[in-house]
Amino acid sequence: MKPAGWLERIWPSLPILAALLLTSLLLIAFGTSPAVAFGAILEGVFSTPERMLTALAFWIPLALASVGLLVTFQAGLWNIGIEGQFILGALGASWVALSFQLPAPLQITLEILAGMVGGALWAGVVALFKRWGVHEIFGGLALNNLAIILTNFLIAGPWQPPEGGSFRGTVPFREDALLPLLGSTRFSPLSLLLAALAFGLVVLALRNSAWGLRLKALGHNPRSAFLLGVSSNREALLAMLFCGALAGLGGAVRVLSWFDSLRQSISGGIGYLALMVVILAAFRLYLTPLVALFFASVLSGSIVLQLRTQLHSSLGDILTGVMVLFVLLFGDFGRVRSLFKRKDQEDV
Amino acid sequence: MFDINWATLLLQSAPLIIAVCGETISERVGVVNLSLDGSMLISAMTGFVAAYLTGSALVGFLAAAAVGAFFAFMVSFGSLALRQSQVAVGFVLTLLGDSLSAFLGQDFTRLPGPWVTKLPIPLLKDIPVIGPIFFNQDPMVYFALLLVAASYWWIFHSRPGLELRSAGERPEAAFARGVRVRRLRYLYSMLGGALVGVAGAAYSLDVKIGWAEGLTRGYGWIALAVVIFGGWSPLRGALGVLLLVGVRAWIGIYLQPAAGGADSTVVILNALPWLLMLAVLLVVSGKLTGDLVANAPPWLKRPLARLLLVAPPAALGADLKEN
Repeated sequence: MKPAGWLERIWPSLPILAALLLTSLLLIAFGTSPAVAFGAILEGVFSTPERMLTALAFWIPLALASVGLLVTFQAGLWNIGIEGQFILGALGASWVALSFQLPAPLQITLEILAGMVGGALWAGVVALFKRWGVHEIFGGLALNNLAIILTNFLIAGPWQPPEGGSFRGTVPFREDALLPLLGSTRFSPLSLLLAALAFGLVVLALRNSAWGLRLKALGHNPRSAFLLGVSSNREALLAMLFCGALAGLGGAVRVLSWFDSLRQSISGGIGYLALMVVILAAFRLYLTPLVALFFASVLSGSIVLQLRTQLHSSLGDILTGVMVLFVLLFGDFGRVRSLFKRKDQEDV
Repeated sequence: MFDINWATLLLQSAPLIIAVCGETISERVGVVNLSLDGSMLISAMTGFVAAYLTGSALVGFLAAAAVGAFFAFMVSFGSLALRQSQVAVGFVLTLLGDSLSAFLGQDFTRLPGPWVTKLPIPLLKDIPVIGPIFFNQDPMVYFALLLVAASYWWIFHSRPGLELRSAGERPEAAFARGVRVRRLRYLYSMLGGALVGVAGAAYSLDVKIGWAEGLTRGYGWIALAVVIFGGWSPLRGALGVLLLVGVRAWIGIYLQPAAGGADSTVVILNALPWLLMLAVLLVVSGKLTGDLVANAPPWLKRPLARLLLVAPPAALGADLKEN
């Protein structure tokens, strides 16, 4: 076995370059210069401190959901229901914000707890259905859609603003019910602290606890984990509740800092994005928040791209999506190389 | 309760029936194409744009089938050649198909374009009751009905169908017996994907004429659940689609006058497919039903299990180790 040399070394960057190339071709086909488009994205993220803080504010809920997914993936679960768990977090926080009038520290603590409970509750339902034999992908997906329908129902019904009319959102919450923001941005330093705490908790759970090891056993081989006495039902439920609570925290942060009221598309797919983040990060613990930051930058910069070029805002999703696809398919040098080897030489 | 327009019901069910047949074929050979929601969106968009630019609905359907087959190819290539998770590739393609359809179709939304016209079948259409329902329809409906019959026969009653199922049930054993598992998996998953593409175009060129962002969002997931409910049989899957579309139409008719306010009706109708999805999956794959069957009187056990419980192909989504 001789080392494959330079090709192997530069290989991981090739799928990313290919994704940039494909997106550039798409831009050219739509009559936009890639330099202008990517320039606009960069400008949208880095040109002013406010914009950088906006990207950071977008990053925090996404990072919370992404690191939560590390726990469910460790247990071998496809928690596609994270989108609904995120939304339920926003609903829980909104319920407290609309129903109670407490001093700010108490109010915010209660909102955040309600968000975590909401997310965990929705995750618990998926786990319950899983226990009854319904695969978590389908249980989660149904609950995602039910969460969206529930949100729309609340906005149009019980939580409708007194003056009525608006189907777009509830009344803005009181100042004391919102996370304190930095200047005129959407960034709340408190949410950064919460995200750091959550990440620390995930690192502890996955790296330094017996529970993390049991989850790993379960994720790698549910059958042998069962034979070893790891109860798959209980571990799966705990992993789901853990992830649901973090996603719920993300939803609470989103509604209390990015927005100031409950909106129709309160999540807008952040849960699904979190799944993409974790796949691109190849389920690696320390890489996940960084990939989430990359996603948050591209998508937050795409807003300027849309203003500048009038192109559909989904371009940022396409760039990140193609990147995830290429890295997933072609990122592993060994597997791609085996494609070009003759069958008889291969001995796996 | 018989105020339902059966001809319309059949027309509205046709695209989902086609998608369910396509995915059933693919899963029977062992490939889960989870990208259905995204591939239906991008093929609905492609089908409409191709038909709009050429003025021919047929070209639209062919283009949509090609796109659907390509998405399925990416799933099976990722799995068979690169040994990646079918679920992961399928999920990424779901989101990518959605955003690509929104981007590429941005200049073609809400435009009038070609669509499929009715093709009444002479003589047969004049048969009382069944004539107007089955024989005064779109070509799409005929295609869906023929597809159900043909794919059911092919999978369960033909020699190549036996090989198809063996590749999804016992791929190693099938390989040892000389079945070219890898080739069959590529072939049938791409055929299934092409059918999913046709289903997408059936929306944009027939049932919901025109393209708009998110036109078919959600239907792909429903089709995936119906495949399970249908126990991986095209016939039972098609019945599942009719049941779903029928129940929704019936509840719509029933609720409209009953609930004075339109809001609650809309909420219930929107929530219904997802509640049904949970309910039917709970029944067919559920441990609860297993207990029910186990406690049934002995003579009822077998028929009850056959009716209620389903099991996926044994090697569904599994890695292929034939070398």
